[in-house]
Amino acid sequence: MISFGFSLNTSRTIDIDADNFDKCHSLINHVPSYKRCIGCGGCAATCSAQQHSQFNILKCNLLFRRGEYDTLSNELDKCMLCGKCLLVCPRNVNTRAMIISMRNLLKTK
Amino acid sequence: MNTFDSIIIGAGPAGLKAADTLANFNRKVLLIDTDAKIGGKLNLWDRLFPDFSSSQELLNQLSKNINNENVTLKLNTNIISIKNNDNHWMATDSNGNTFYATTMIIATGFDVFDAHRKEEYGYGIYKNVITSVDLEKILSGEVSIETPSKVAFIQCVGSRDEKVGNNFCSKNCCICAVKQTIELKEKFPLTDIYCFYMDLRMFGQSYEELYRRSQQDYGVNFVRGRVSEISPTMDNKVVLKAEDTLLSRPLKLTADLVVLMVGMEASKGTKILGNQLNINNTDGFVKSTDRYLSDSETTLKGLFVTGTSKRQMSIPETMNDAVNAAVIVNNFLNTL
Repeated sequence: MISFGFSLNTSRTIDIDADNFDKCHSLINHVPSYKRCIGCGGCAATCSAQQHSQFNILKCNLLFRRGEYDTLSNELDKCMLCGKCLLVCPRNVNTRAMIISMRNLLKTK
Repeated sequence: MNTFDSIIIGAGPAGLKAADTLANFNRKVLLIDTDAKIGGKLNLWDRLFPDFSSSQELLNQLSKNINNENVTLKLNTNIISIKNNDNHWMATDSNGNTFYATTMIIATGFDVFDAHRKEEYGYGIYKNVITSVDLEKILSGEVSIETPSKVAFIQCVGSRDEKVGNNFCSKNCCICAVKQTIELKEKFPLTDIYCFYMDLRMFGQSYEELYRRSQQDYGVNFVRGRVSEISPTMDNKVVLKAEDTLLSRPLKLTADLVVLMVGMEASKGTKILGNQLNINNTDGFVKSTDRYLSDSETTLKGLFVTGTSKRQMSIPETMNDAVNAAVIVNNFLNTL
């Protein structure tokens, strides 16, 4: 059947009640410093990948935290693991370990 | 005619500390409060930020020296007017009694913001919406509740809000919320806590460290965004709507308990006395002559002001301010 693109839009709302936090909790176990993020955006500002793509490490971090994993796996592939974010983080979050751990967790069902 | 060297109106932390200091200078002090007991708003809190020390222990320390021959304590006394007459100050209470002194110190402090005024948060409408003051009773064990599965804290209720006429930051609620989330986590380790904030202002010594610990050791979630409204669910919970401003997306959350972090307004007494003497700011707090050089003085000779009747202060700041006021008053008395 031809798809004319008519469909119900999914809500953009982050629904804390519906989201599953299992992966988020696993991430916290692997990278405890992840909990300390204060959302300052220093990581994103220094990010090499962000200079040339839509990649945003802070956004990935926050979406994972809210249990919104759907769009993440493609996004995380854009990170080159250069580790500049690690150098600027004021809360000393192990951002590189965080990205690697997120990638691994998103592969597991 | 002047029975006392100084009348201190308000027996909260500021009034108690000022009375204690003046008594040590051998000054005769009359300490007046409208309540039936001393301590003022200190009585509303169980443990204090950022070190979880006991408020009642502090009150005991503060009141230890009040039963001293230099201090006369008058409780249940509501001062409704202050007048100056020929270099003495007169304070008249609601029963028509008048007290005389050479100087007067206003220590009438603050009132907690009345959360009913933010109707969209449903305080007084939904039983699971409480204030930070109500939560203290739960934390102290005075009131018991069932283990909540999700608790939301809402910052800046009655602060930084032109809609209620309070443009100011109450400055103590941010750290108070962090303290309370930790206490709540200690009481209910399995409860998920979400704290909604506009900015988190951790300006004081070891405040930032406590915030860090609340994240690292207690897993408290902080969401940047102001909750717009709260509505009930079929099963007697409440739903909060907010914008997750760091993600630019709407967010909703069902909670068993919502804690409104109510701010500090000039107290009714502060407003009445400030108005009467024309020494208040537009926000109702009493104006000192100069916040850098003469922060205890008012424009009226012999009338002084201390503590949260001037502006929002933490308890240690109030203590220092009260000592300062007492020293200034003692110097003033020496010049007469």
